[in-house]
Amino acid sequence: MTSTIDLARESSSEAEVSGIAARTPLELFWRRLKQDRVAMAALVFILLLVAVAVLAPLLVKLTGQRPPNDQSTKFLDEFGTPTGPTSENWFGVDPLGRSVFSRVLYGARVSLEVAIIATAASVAVGVVVGMTAGFFRGFVDTVLSRLIDVLLAFPILLLALGLAAACSLGNGCLGGLIKPGLTVVIFVIAFVNWTYIARIIRGQVLSLREKEFVEAARSLGASNGRIIFREILPNLVAPIIVYSTLVIPQNILFEAALSFLGVGVQPPNPSWGAMLADATEIFDTAWWYMVFPGVALLLTVLAFNLLGDGLQDALNPRVERST
Amino acid sequence: MTTYIIRRLLWVIVLLFFVSFITFMIFYLFPSADPAALRAGRQPNPELVEQIRHQLGLDKPWYVQYVDYMKGVFLHFDLGYSYQNNISVKTQIFQRLPATISLALGAAVVWLVIGIAVGTISAVRRRSLFDRVSMTGALVGISAPVYWLGLLALYLFANDIGRFKIFPGSGSYVPISQDPAKWFTSLIVPWFVLAAAFAAFYARLLRSNLIDVMSEDYIRTARAKGLSERRVVLRHGIRSAITPIVTAAGLDIGILLGGAILTESVFNIPGIGRLAFDSIQNSDLPMIQGTVLFGAFFIVMANLIVDILYAFIDPRVRY
Repeated sequence: MTSTIDLARESSSEAEVSGIAARTPLELFWRRLKQDRVAMAALVFILLLVAVAVLAPLLVKLTGQRPPNDQSTKFLDEFGTPTGPTSENWFGVDPLGRSVFSRVLYGARVSLEVAIIATAASVAVGVVVGMTAGFFRGFVDTVLSRLIDVLLAFPILLLALGLAAACSLGNGCLGGLIKPGLTVVIFVIAFVNWTYIARIIRGQVLSLREKEFVEAARSLGASNGRIIFREILPNLVAPIIVYSTLVIPQNILFEAALSFLGVGVQPPNPSWGAMLADATEIFDTAWWYMVFPGVALLLTVLAFNLLGDGLQDALNPRVERST
Repeated sequence: MTTYIIRRLLWVIVLLFFVSFITFMIFYLFPSADPAALRAGRQPNPELVEQIRHQLGLDKPWYVQYVDYMKGVFLHFDLGYSYQNNISVKTQIFQRLPATISLALGAAVVWLVIGIAVGTISAVRRRSLFDRVSMTGALVGISAPVYWLGLLALYLFANDIGRFKIFPGSGSYVPISQDPAKWFTSLIVPWFVLAAAFAAFYARLLRSNLIDVMSEDYIRTARAKGLSERRVVLRHGIRSAITPIVTAAGLDIGILLGGAILTESVFNIPGIGRLAFDSIQNSDLPMIQGTVLFGAFFIVMANLIVDILYAFIDPRVRY
């Protein structure tokens, strides 16, 4: 799905400076965000989620649930069908008798880890490529932009599936650099995602480099490096934050989709997508196996989308909220 | 305009050429399995594997394999033969195409109708109950994974396992040529499930565009000259707010025509997405190439069509 983000409009931050103290665009951005209750609630939810992911082993122990890879036929009925939520297994068990509750908690780890690292990697590549293309223009820009065009012409999920399948075999790919497991998933997601960010950053840089402050720096004798890092990059911080926040939920869904199709996170590592894939076999009898991982996925993605919306509004106050 | 279109068409060919080259290199350099060994069956002896490798031309250097393949594509529009079953890739893709087209276009109708209606009403009645409820729903819609919605829909409504046995379940797809009525009923749930996220996205997009447009001066002029509100919204507001929707719809349909892997998987619809997925599992390079090229073709053509439409709508775009 195309995620149209209207970053083209500049935040008219200078006009809003009130009081005596001068505020940087980032401070204004934060002040505006703090007034957005929905976005702040989403932020709190995300922080809680991160805490749950980090403290998953502790939480499982404290709640007295079994660890995520603890199999037990005790919780399957005589036909081998898993049993539903009880006081012993809050979210029921899966076909191997493992606790769905623990697996959902641990799934948060996988989900957040993959999404955040993949987003960071694709943003890093996208920013470097986008800034290079936008700043130097000419031949460099043509080559990079055409490369992006080619990658954007690919059916993304298909490309990702192919890469993931290829890299999950034996020693992985790129001479063993990309090892099967989480690394593959992260690599694949970063590989297919950097192009969008590169495009947006390129557009921003193309307009920023024509601004007067850049011209002023240049007339003072600043080098290209100084202009890029000290003049242009600080102006890209806010859009980069907004865009990253909007990409994270896409990447969470991407990881889940790859795992759902069996080429993402490999068993016995718990992933919400992989759990849903397992659930397709038995969801007519074991509804809990479909509902809990799905709800976890939905809430996580929803929280990031809400925060992303809020950040976008804070960056670009003229746009009306969509909720 | 003609030169613009010709230039764009040439670029499409170059683009597809690069796509095929990259696909080839990816699967040549990192094969996901050994096709010859897969073909040889269980416990193959090494001679048989070698023989099959030779038959399939896999013992030739990569550039010979690639040139042979490209010759077939450009000179004969021949996409080669599947390593799995020796059936022509083209034939298999065209066999699967009707299912994917049915799914994609039907879903597009659903999401456009819902997205445009909800987006418009929400924008006009801003901050009403309808607006709040539907925009909250839209946020949930863009956040829910499509395969999970599919499972929920089957759990609730499938006539085999569902709680309310209303619609045909997974794997009930029938080609339209065989039984149009069954074709239609079997696709109702997949259409809505696939359309959900798109409808949500379009409703949000149209709503925010329309709100922007409705504060333009020419809208005030339209109101001032005494047009009815309905006419102002429909003839003046939507007309300009809908342009991004047209773009997005073109691109999204293009992407879906290359196969909706997740939806096809959940509902067991034999479309191109399933074909591509299976071919990746089998490292069936000709089939992967075929499906990727097909998908890429739809994507670049959709881009081209959208750009040409744009050039007609807004002459400033013409180069």
